[in-house]
Amino acid sequence: MFKHDKIERNSILLLILTVIVISIGGLVEITPLFRIETTIEKVDGMRPYTPLELAGSKIYKREGCYGCHSQQVRVLRDEVERYGHYSLAAESMFDYPFQWGSKRTGPDLARVGSKYSDQWHVRHLINPRDVVPESIMPGYKFLTERDAATSGIADDMEVLRKMGVPYSDEMIQNAVSDSQLQASSERESAALIARYGKKINTRDFDGNPNKVSEMDALVAYLQTLGTFVDFAKFDHVIEQENKK
Amino acid sequence: MTSTQSGPVSYNYDIIKLFTIAGTFWGIVGFSVGVLIAMQLAFPVLNFNVEWLSFGRMRPLHTSAVIFAFGGNVLFATSFFVVQRTCQARLWGSDGLHKFIFFGYQAFILMAAFGYINGVTQAKEYAEPEWYADLWLLIVWGCYFLVFLMTVKRRTEPHIYVANWFYLAFIVTFIILHIVNNLAIPLRLDGTASYPIFGGVQSAMIQWWYGHNAVGFFLTAGFIGMMYYFIPKRAERPVYSYRLSILHFWSLIFIYIWAGPHHLHYTSLPDWVQTLGMTFSIMLWMPSWGGMINGIMTLSGAWDKLRTDPVLRFLVTAVAFYGMSTFEGPLMAIRSVNALSHYTEWTISHVHSGALGWVALISFGALYHMVPILWKKSDLYSIKLVSTHFWLASIGIVLYITSMWVAGITQGLMWRSYDKMGFLQYSFVETLAALHPLYVIRGIGGIFFLAGACVMAYNFYKTIQSKNV
Repeated sequence: MFKHDKIERNSILLLILTVIVISIGGLVEITPLFRIETTIEKVDGMRPYTPLELAGSKIYKREGCYGCHSQQVRVLRDEVERYGHYSLAAESMFDYPFQWGSKRTGPDLARVGSKYSDQWHVRHLINPRDVVPESIMPGYKFLTERDAATSGIADDMEVLRKMGVPYSDEMIQNAVSDSQLQASSERESAALIARYGKKINTRDFDGNPNKVSEMDALVAYLQTLGTFVDFAKFDHVIEQENKK
Repeated sequence: MTSTQSGPVSYNYDIIKLFTIAGTFWGIVGFSVGVLIAMQLAFPVLNFNVEWLSFGRMRPLHTSAVIFAFGGNVLFATSFFVVQRTCQARLWGSDGLHKFIFFGYQAFILMAAFGYINGVTQAKEYAEPEWYADLWLLIVWGCYFLVFLMTVKRRTEPHIYVANWFYLAFIVTFIILHIVNNLAIPLRLDGTASYPIFGGVQSAMIQWWYGHNAVGFFLTAGFIGMMYYFIPKRAERPVYSYRLSILHFWSLIFIYIWAGPHHLHYTSLPDWVQTLGMTFSIMLWMPSWGGMINGIMTLSGAWDKLRTDPVLRFLVTAVAFYGMSTFEGPLMAIRSVNALSHYTEWTISHVHSGALGWVALISFGALYHMVPILWKKSDLYSIKLVSTHFWLASIGIVLYITSMWVAGITQGLMWRSYDKMGFLQYSFVETLAALHPLYVIRGIGGIFFLAGACVMAYNFYKTIQSKNV
């Protein structure tokens, strides 16, 4: 008969058995997520972030926004009514890492894109209590004063491409000029649309035409959140499948 | 093979002293930042419109300071104490190696903290340090693993004591969690930023596999090791059940690993993973309570000591809180309960009943036990102050967790309440405004807890300074 005594007298045996025992759960839960095709839905509309939006997502992470804001609408009636269509796995496929968050000290931001005006976002970020008196969010006035770090953003796109984000050579080569183009009003944006598709906001987000600020980048990022997928089409497909 | 034949072993206490002082120091830092961010939520003016004092950057500073700086240093101190004494062997390795582990670990803490303040982060909760700090930690942790394992190997006792099983499992599992969750490609080798190699839904699963087992191994298995040494020692009673400790160990480490997906209920993580996570989380209740029963029942025949020994009171109350929060955890992992509790302050309450009630109280108990031994004093400077600390900490915890329970359930219910017409009844900001008084109470609870830790530090200082040998 097996005696536990044996393990208690042999440190290497204890170590090896421990490693085996703690490995099983992770292997079973994690590895299939890379193999099962239905893990990420096939949807229309997902595109990688533009250089300016990518710079904005970096500011979002730098300031720890995910500590208070989730980006994940759960499949619950009240959440769908409050925030919009429940989140799809496909919608965060280009987020490295995911930004689903774990806490809603502030509201969910998965579908905040296009809900408020740029001006509202700028005022809100400078001093949240100017527009929402009860807000407890910190102010981020310094974002308006700083240049968005778009000069090095091509490096980010290179690395993300290695992970599988579909950035083309053209997108990477034009990263700096694209970010300037997206943050300025009154300019031809056909090149941007050709590269990133029609669902792209090109305008002077922070209302300061003299520079591409961190505020421009962050607002550009926020204004895209949850706007990519065409849900009329997605829900139609789901309905058809359910009927079968 | 008994130790009496070879005479008394000379233990290396110097390195433990350093970790003890560092643990106490970082505890006070971590609790202070906690009080600051708690108050920022009550009074946003405390963000001062200064970027490096804003909540978003202070929050990882708080969580890392309490988990890795306070908890980590106490784990180093107690594991080196316990492994030497229960193996009847001097710590393996040179003094230089031990010093490297100590200073290397403090350097990691400073690298991480300095990064957070400057917005350098991987944006993954409890894994915020960037690639260079992660690599550095891996080196330090590898040395820690080696020293611990080799000390166990050179033991003069035939059996490896149960506390060491837990310490060993914690040390080795953390290596695996740390490596997998932090796989990343740096943007530039002379820069701070990187991108993780996993994105989207997979990164969510891996992050919470890591995140929940940072709780399960860093904040549970290691501290269970403390429980199995310090409670029997202090109560002067053997561990209640040897069989239960075997069952406790294997079932706890096997089941914990599966629990991560309960952080992702109703999200775009596939349902089958959510269900697995929920199932194992509920199963986890049993080994957790097995451990709690084993710890508390060790006091059989020594219950009277609780009246006279406030150090034992810390240790036992910690285990009681462990029992409470490991009951609450599985409850919150049930999908329908999670629908209400997730994203709310209920989670914060749960985490702190574990962190303050379990982790911090058992740490305080262990430190109070070790300090007179390490500095070769007859006893602590003041037992009365230990008692004062106990009550300050207890009041603080009760204020904290009850206010956040009420806040969490209030939030959860308000978010989902409908009016007669079938519309959502409250705007988001109305649900936020309702929490203000509870945020204030929570902050006050934090101040009590911090004050208790300061009393402890004073007591240690006076003990070390005293001439009572």
